[in-house]
Amino acid sequence: MTAQLTRDRRPLPRVPALRVLEYHLVGYRRTWRAGAFSSFLLPTLTVLGFGLGVGSYIDQGVGGVSYLEWIVGGLLASTALQVAIAESTWPVFGNLQWQKIYFGQRSSPLRVGDILAGHLAFVLFRVLTSVIAFLLVTGVLGALRSPWAVLTVPVAALLALAVAAPTFAYAASVDSDSWLAMLFRFAVIPMTLFAGVFFPVESLPLALRWLAYATPLWHAVDLCRAAVLGVAPYWSVAGHLAYLAVWAAGGWLLARRVLARRLVV
Amino acid sequence: MTTGRPLIQAQGLVKRFGDFTAVDGIDVEVRAGEAFGFLGPNGAGKSSTMRMIGCTSPPSGGELRILGMDPVRDGPAIRARLGVCPQLDNLDPELTVRENLTTYARYFGIPRRVARARATELLDFVQLGDRADSKVEPLSGGMKRRLTIARALVNEPDIVLLDEPTTGLDPQARHLVWERLFRLKQQGVTLVLTTHYMDEAEQLCDRLVVMDGGRIVAEGSPRALIERHATREVVELRFAAESQEAFAGKLDALGERVEVLPDRILVYVPDGDAAVAEVAALGLHPANVLVRRGSLEDVFLHLTGRTLVD
Repeated sequence: MTAQLTRDRRPLPRVPALRVLEYHLVGYRRTWRAGAFSSFLLPTLTVLGFGLGVGSYIDQGVGGVSYLEWIVGGLLASTALQVAIAESTWPVFGNLQWQKIYFGQRSSPLRVGDILAGHLAFVLFRVLTSVIAFLLVTGVLGALRSPWAVLTVPVAALLALAVAAPTFAYAASVDSDSWLAMLFRFAVIPMTLFAGVFFPVESLPLALRWLAYATPLWHAVDLCRAAVLGVAPYWSVAGHLAYLAVWAAGGWLLARRVLARRLVV
Repeated sequence: MTTGRPLIQAQGLVKRFGDFTAVDGIDVEVRAGEAFGFLGPNGAGKSSTMRMIGCTSPPSGGELRILGMDPVRDGPAIRARLGVCPQLDNLDPELTVRENLTTYARYFGIPRRVARARATELLDFVQLGDRADSKVEPLSGGMKRRLTIARALVNEPDIVLLDEPTTGLDPQARHLVWERLFRLKQQGVTLVLTTHYMDEAEQLCDRLVVMDGGRIVAEGSPRALIERHATREVVELRFAAESQEAFAGKLDALGERVEVLPDRILVYVPDGDAAVAEVAALGLHPANVLVRRGSLEDVFLHLTGRTLVD
């Protein structure tokens, strides 16, 4: 009788994480309009504000290109960072502590890894659509010097995973959402200011320079800037990719452990 | 009594959290088609047991087989055939009522078209058909609970697990939930529920175990348990005096057993009205007299010396 019961298995989804992604997309369908507007508006304003506004005071440009052309790759990477972290802080915290969505998912055939992968897939979707919008706007404004700029898309995807996975782990482990605001104050904002987005890292004192090199953002900034300008990056491409991949893989393992500790009690 | 195949088998099942033992070696067997209950006060180990059966909490000891499978090794395959209604609703308040069902159905590998059809059918069943396209946020507690029950049915489960299905609902909403669950039971769906409401257990359960402090203290049908541990009728007496104790001694001869509670005395008797007459004959004048049927509350009181709901 036991054998007969065991045989009666139901077909499960082949890639369960895609079903989780589908859930997140259904929710996003309600809010995408506001999001899409800001994905176009934000790069337009930043390019105009920083590139043209600030750039007009920088006559010599940076390294032989105009400030606008220099800054656009960095702004793209920092946009990817902002979206990735926004989508893996409060949404993760809320799904665990407020609406308890993950607990509902956990009662279905989904495994902890599926729930995590589905959420990260949605983060990736948000980052990629934002980055593509950014490229469209800056391309139309003539700020992209090279067709290699399309390579910023996979770089942004890797950066997104490199920051979203450890952020997921952090958001899943804290017990109060005031810790999330701390993350922005003490990690995201300093990283955005000092990881080479607005000025070359080389203008920092040596000690701070190494802090900048340690951030995942600087590696993506260097790659994106090189792609947009059509030049070789400051550091080795393989080195950058490997460094970001280590953040992504480490973050994944950490996030899965933290989420399992929350959901498997 | 029930002849269905065993769907849940637990032997010596244990759940520990650090030094605390929440479930302390219980034996349970639930068969196909029955409505099985775990009755007990808060902290008795009911929810921990439910989470182990729901394959979201690995047992710390003992044997557990669900649908013939091992919950640790075959978790996803077992969960594919369970329907779970948790104690706290975890619906998505931002989605519509219908979307909550269709997105959830997708986790089970159900095709979109089937998911939509099933959502319509289930929303009619839980009487939310007219709210299908409204958001979940403004729904009342009872409606949300019914929606959670509908969601638990979306994969046509072999077993439906309900953890305190009516806790926190007002009486009217509670009756509506009971009525739907009773309908499910009539359709032959296997129900496993926890509750600390004796009337819920009496109405819905074919068989139940009474849990206290992580152990099973009694098992049987509600009627059999009442016959074994209580009497057909119970007389509740309230005396105006500060302490009820003083009167208890005089009542001993009246029935099979007397229980003294802080605010009243319970006398267990075959015939309530006859006992009330005897109380008067003894020259006692309680401020308040109530004759009622023996219930699971009395069973629990007898077994543990405590009341179910404080």
